[in-house]
Amino acid sequence: MRKSWLIPAALMAAAPLIAQPATAADKTLTVYTYESFVAEWGPGPKIEAAFEAECGCDLNWVGVADGVALLNRLKLEGENAVASLVLGLDTNLIAEAKATGLFAAHGLDTGAISVPRDFSDDVFIPYDYGYFAVIYDSDSITTPPASLKDLVEGNADEKIVIQDPRTSTPGLGLLLWIKSVYGDDAAAAWEQLSGRVLTVTPGWSESYGLFTSGEAPMVLSYTTSPAYHLVVEETDRYRAAEFEEGHYLQIEVAGLLANAPEADLARQFLDFMMTPGFQNHIPTHNWMLPAAAVSEPLPEAFETLVSPEKSFLFTPGEVAQSRAAWIEEWLGAMSR
Amino acid sequence: MSNKPAIAFENAAYGIGNLSAEFSFARAPGSVTAILGPSGAGKSTLLNLAAGFLTPARGEIRIHGEIVNHLPPAQRGISMVFQDNNLFPHLDIRTNIGLGLDPALRLDASGWATVDSALERVDLEGFGPRLPSTLSGGERQRVALARAFARRRPLLLLDEPFDGLGPGLAADMLALMLEIRADVAATVLMVTHDPDEARAAADEILFIASGRIAADTPAPGFFERRDLPALDAYLGRSSDPDHVPTE
Amino acid sequence: MLTRAEHRAARSGGVAALLAIGLALAVPIAVMVAYGADAGLGAGLGPGQGDYLWRITRFTLLQAGLSTLLSVALAVPLARALARRPAFFGRRGLINLFALPLGLPPLVAALGLIEIWGRNGVANKGLALFGIETPFSIYGLTGILLAHVFFNLPLATRLILPTLERLPPEYWKTAANLGLKGWTLFRLIEWPAMRKSVAGAAGLVFMLCATSFTLVLVLGGGPAATTLEVAIYQALRFDFAPGRAVLLSTIQVALTLTIMAALKLIAAPADPGDTKGGGSARPDAQGGFQVLSDAVLIGLSGLFVAGPMAAVIGAGLVADLPRLLTDPLFWRATATSLGIGLVSATLATALSSLLIRARHSAGEPADTAALGLLSASSGAAGSLTLLAPPVVLGAGWFLMLGGGAGQLFAPLAAIIVINALMALPFVMRVLEPAHRTAMARNSRLALSLGVTGFNRIRQVDLPAMALPLTTGFVFALALSLGDLGAIALFGSDRIMTLPWLLYQKLGSYRTDDAAGLALLLGGTTMALILLADRLGRRDGNDRA
Repeated sequence: MRKSWLIPAALMAAAPLIAQPATAADKTLTVYTYESFVAEWGPGPKIEAAFEAECGCDLNWVGVADGVALLNRLKLEGENAVASLVLGLDTNLIAEAKATGLFAAHGLDTGAISVPRDFSDDVFIPYDYGYFAVIYDSDSITTPPASLKDLVEGNADEKIVIQDPRTSTPGLGLLLWIKSVYGDDAAAAWEQLSGRVLTVTPGWSESYGLFTSGEAPMVLSYTTSPAYHLVVEETDRYRAAEFEEGHYLQIEVAGLLANAPEADLARQFLDFMMTPGFQNHIPTHNWMLPAAAVSEPLPEAFETLVSPEKSFLFTPGEVAQSRAAWIEEWLGAMSR
Repeated sequence: MSNKPAIAFENAAYGIGNLSAEFSFARAPGSVTAILGPSGAGKSTLLNLAAGFLTPARGEIRIHGEIVNHLPPAQRGISMVFQDNNLFPHLDIRTNIGLGLDPALRLDASGWATVDSALERVDLEGFGPRLPSTLSGGERQRVALARAFARRRPLLLLDEPFDGLGPGLAADMLALMLEIRADVAATVLMVTHDPDEARAAADEILFIASGRIAADTPAPGFFERRDLPALDAYLGRSSDPDHVPTE
Repeated sequence: MLTRAEHRAARSGGVAALLAIGLALAVPIAVMVAYGADAGLGAGLGPGQGDYLWRITRFTLLQAGLSTLLSVALAVPLARALARRPAFFGRRGLINLFALPLGLPPLVAALGLIEIWGRNGVANKGLALFGIETPFSIYGLTGILLAHVFFNLPLATRLILPTLERLPPEYWKTAANLGLKGWTLFRLIEWPAMRKSVAGAAGLVFMLCATSFTLVLVLGGGPAATTLEVAIYQALRFDFAPGRAVLLSTIQVALTLTIMAALKLIAAPADPGDTKGGGSARPDAQGGFQVLSDAVLIGLSGLFVAGPMAAVIGAGLVADLPRLLTDPLFWRATATSLGIGLVSATLATALSSLLIRARHSAGEPADTAALGLLSASSGAAGSLTLLAPPVVLGAGWFLMLGGGAGQLFAPLAAIIVINALMALPFVMRVLEPAHRTAMARNSRLALSLGVTGFNRIRQVDLPAMALPLTTGFVFALALSLGDLGAIALFGSDRIMTLPWLLYQKLGSYRTDDAAGLALLLGGTTMALILLADRLGRRDGNDRA
């Protein structure tokens, strides 16, 4: 009441900054994805340019915080979603995504896709993958753990920062990794590991921040993390520890929405996704491994990365069924 | 000790430049002095120096001959009454007076009896359990006097204590103050801006102008003096030299 | 003192504001409950969840209770020491500094705290110099308490100090004259004056700590340090169980309310009395050892608050600031943040004004139950909004306004409304004392001159309140700027705020950029708070 003139003034000040001009194009394909994919430095802008040149359409990214938020957004919007495609879920979310009934089978030939463990699905198509790994600071650790067992049983003074499986994708990844290796003994392993855990952060960002600021010499991240430091920062200080039991796999997928306003265009994009025009941008912009052929050789840095001989992956069904119980087990072990 | 002044300032100075003040005077035990002067002249500074709220930059302040420059206010043997806010509003009347007897309020039965008789002395018996906000302005000042009475300190400093009470009430309060002063044989310094009050109560006058004592005289005849331009200005009369009275 | 028509206007305005706030809180929650029921996602907790819930509830109360106790227990002696020393070099700077932590995003503050108290922090390095090699760890309850005290000790001190400074100088003179000191002075004079503000500060701090999330998780060390807010976040963000989220929120609000109600019992009306003016010199303050202990207390508190902020600045200077400052994305984010902040600060200021006006009107004759209710609920509205978890409100708003066409509008509206609600308690605390003073000073004159109604608001009240309004406005703006809040849940690449950009950089290895942004964001927020402080002081109402 007192300052009512300020409201319109502020709205006017804010409006041009948030409203984006609509591009005049015949057709618009809207894709929901996660924020970092469409960040200025992410693969989104480059893929958009490449696809638009091919389709003569307008590709419109809508970025949401991460894969989990993506699924929530879909649940909230239900059949009213303006998107035709969702890109950025991972295999752990597939069962839940299918249960919403919002996705449709793609009906495409996915022969070009090549991911470990030959994952394939009639609804979701992989577009990249990576392995979870413990990244260590070679300035403070000379002999990194050589196995998950080493990590669990090692020197408790060499700390690691991990993420919370209740709120973070890599956090859930470590939970599934330890479950894969230790099975029914997972709780005991967690209990032992907890002495080495400096802290458990809600997301990857917080823990990686703690790691690079020198708070802990180890962090849970991806095998590809050192590639970023090599390519962008030109340092090999941060390295991934190769574990002899094998590494847990994360496969990121895209899926077609049943109510897609532009189903044909969406299928065209999915086809494009399996070609080098899309895949070339994955390694150095999304910092993951391409799920199909690339036309340019990967940067040298990628050759130096840990490439696990053995990998683990629970099926989407197994994860959906047991996640709650496993988190309960984790809570019990870590709270002790 | 009895032949030493109850209070004496010896070139006691405070502040610098335009705001500086420097005072020298002495008062015999049992005297009543009115401190007068234009607003901003330094009356309150003088009182605050005497009370120990301010420490002089130079010079000495003596109470009964002893230098008290750095003595805390509570150890100077002083009771004070301000124009208002003499009582803590959340404490009842008895507690407000009791604090004057022991700052930690450790009073035995005879201590509380002193409190009650002080209330009686100012005609407020039965007011003990009440809160200050339920009293009139005049009653609150009487409580402040009761506290001074109960404390029986040899020096009583008053800072415009009866201002705003109305002429009749102020005169009654002044009389009460003089009685109490006689009961406890205290030396009084009273800041006032009311010439009538000074005439009625004071034996002596300190007239302050621009941070200095412009006149230090007996009260009778002071207001008739025409040799002080500052006094003329203060009283709002013309200072025509032709009217200088010749005695 | 208002005319009959003015009372009517004030009360209708208050009721309207209460309705608006109630709707803004209740409707999204109702939508969430309805959605939860629709989607068949029961509100119930799974088997074994009861035990879990009990554990996290206990921990929430434990950490919030201890944090509040520590913050307030330290703020009381600190405020006393500051009040005792009304003029020392750097006093104003220190009190300005105390306004800053509130405007920092929690993660930025957490990283700053870690620079000082972390394993590799200044404190541990200092200990190592003395040959103490085992670094002490801040992860765990210690870290949570440390972080909460960092945020809330300055806040509580700023809320308590003015009540001491407002006491008439005669009190201190009488205290000096009668020889009151130490415990007696505290018990008989200082505590009665501080009591109400201590209770108010404790309530605010308790709410802030009970709903704290990022700090608790980052510094908590593990899932043993889980608060209800984490469970709410998990329920919505990861499990997407709106029913459970609402249930948990209800528990959180009810528990906190119960404790607040208990705290309110110790609050009593204060009567600051009239003052003849003059400085707040403290003739009762003692020299010698007390000067030393006051100096140590004030100095250590200053260091404690300044250290982590200096660390944030230091880390930010490493970044390539010229590049960040020439990045259009930075300017877009800054502009968006400012736009959102301006609107939500306007909203918060307007709602607060209506509420305190209604409280003033209802409190004046204070006879009927209805008026008592209006007064109480207006006061409560200024606190309760802090307790509703922003994630739940955000989700409800998003659901209500729909996705689809609302891609831009829904999250924008949600962020603005939620930021405004979260700022209410702070703005009200700035405005209410100033309003009370203005009313006491101007009411009779306005009435006697017949300046009433709209004329009075325009000619008398608004000019009298202009500066506190500005202070409150800028405060809300700063809070909004530092807030990641609701946007974190459903985000949108169309709404790029500064904290969001910071998280984005942090989420893609760009740690240095993030540190630079933290510096710029912190700097902007600090500049705003300092501006508000300066404006507030010009007002003559030195509320510290």
